[in-house]
Amino acid sequence: MKVTLKIWRQADAASKGAMHTYEVDEVSPDMSFLEMLDVLNERLNAQGEEPIAFDSDCREGICGMCGLMINGEAHGPEVTTTCQLHMRTFKDGDTITIEPWRSDAFPVVKDLCVDRGALDRIIQSGGYISVNTGAAPDAHAVPVPKDKADRAFDVATCIGCGACVAACPNGSASLFVGAKVTHLGELPQGQAERDRRVVNMIGQHDHEGFGGCTNIGECTAACPKEIPLDVISRLNWDLHAALRHGK
Amino acid sequence: MAVSGLIFIAFVFTHMYGNLKAFSGHDAYNTYADHLRSVGEPVLPREGLLWLIRAALVGSLVVHVYCAVVLWHRAAKARTTRYVMKRNIASTLSSRMMRWGGVTLLLFVVWHLLNFTIGKVNVKGGATNDPYNLLVDSFDTWWLTVLYLIAMAALGMHLRHGVWSAAQTLGLTNNAAARRNANALGVLVAVVIAGGFSLVPIFVLAGVITK
Repeated sequence: MKVTLKIWRQADAASKGAMHTYEVDEVSPDMSFLEMLDVLNERLNAQGEEPIAFDSDCREGICGMCGLMINGEAHGPEVTTTCQLHMRTFKDGDTITIEPWRSDAFPVVKDLCVDRGALDRIIQSGGYISVNTGAAPDAHAVPVPKDKADRAFDVATCIGCGACVAACPNGSASLFVGAKVTHLGELPQGQAERDRRVVNMIGQHDHEGFGGCTNIGECTAACPKEIPLDVISRLNWDLHAALRHGK
Repeated sequence: MAVSGLIFIAFVFTHMYGNLKAFSGHDAYNTYADHLRSVGEPVLPREGLLWLIRAALVGSLVVHVYCAVVLWHRAAKARTTRYVMKRNIASTLSSRMMRWGGVTLLLFVVWHLLNFTIGKVNVKGGATNDPYNLLVDSFDTWWLTVLYLIAMAALGMHLRHGVWSAAQTLGLTNNAAARRNANALGVLVAVVIAGGFSLVPIFVLAGVITK
């Protein structure tokens, strides 16, 4: 199959970018989206042109490194990461628009690569539990109710890819923060720092320049791990509790 | 945002219920309107409760608009480079209309107060000191009824998303069933309140409610 790509090219953070058009022939429907970009990059290399910079790491859908806005949808039309999107999703002759995540908190480094360090700084502000490491404790030393363990596990699948921010009309990272706060807040180990965590993480979120949540729901539809919107309700609940406790 | 919004919901529901008195005729409607001014006497002065409610509403309006402006401003700053192509795949039209719909409602409220409270504008040039007759004169005018119905559509959409969003903000939708219920409640509140308000103008225009 043959596709036409419209891709955002930007030499570096300081330069002004623009959309460029490329034709790619002989695309196999079994290729992943990133393999299709690899094919284009090999050709650009052979022609002595600068290849298109994009992020990827595991290419198994579990690291959260790859993330592209494809035809106006974060990670493209399938509910998965960009690396797990396959060319069979598209038709022969399609035009595909590819852009980086657009958020002022995620500055473009080059072409399609953005700096998602803002999410790391939010984690540093409270997305952890403080315990001394040592020998692994017995598995039954701290009892966890099954429903809480399940919920914590479900939202712990967040890979921090930033699709929620990219899809949000407000540019908010509330789904990300909600997932982390819910994950640690459901478990006994997360209780000691629960109040401080939510206040500090929201403070850092706002400081990074992310927008405010208006519960529109584009984030959860874009999330490759299907994190539900109720983590944002939980985020608000925990924030109210922390404020009541005077944090 | 959520708390001030809930105060508005309580107000518009009561207002809508009161409007339905128009179906009981001239005297019932005007007695009700007068009762709003005398309720609470002699503990409260005449119009005392009315002014307390007005103060609460103005206070809520200031909070509501301030929060909206802050959110709007933050959203604008959070994405200064726009997408060449962006699709909305899950959000309701109501949720995306909150800001401009809210501006529409604010302009409508200004006109509505001029029409029935502060200015008492009778577009037919008739008497303005009789609430029931002012109402019938107003909605006998087709373009005014259309204007009110458009405003009620905007109100319905604002309520549809507002109820759901308030539930989220207050942290009440902590599982899938609660989210479904909050969304369903949003639709119900929107239909009952915006629908209830729309009945009186429609029935005046249709000639069922007359002087």
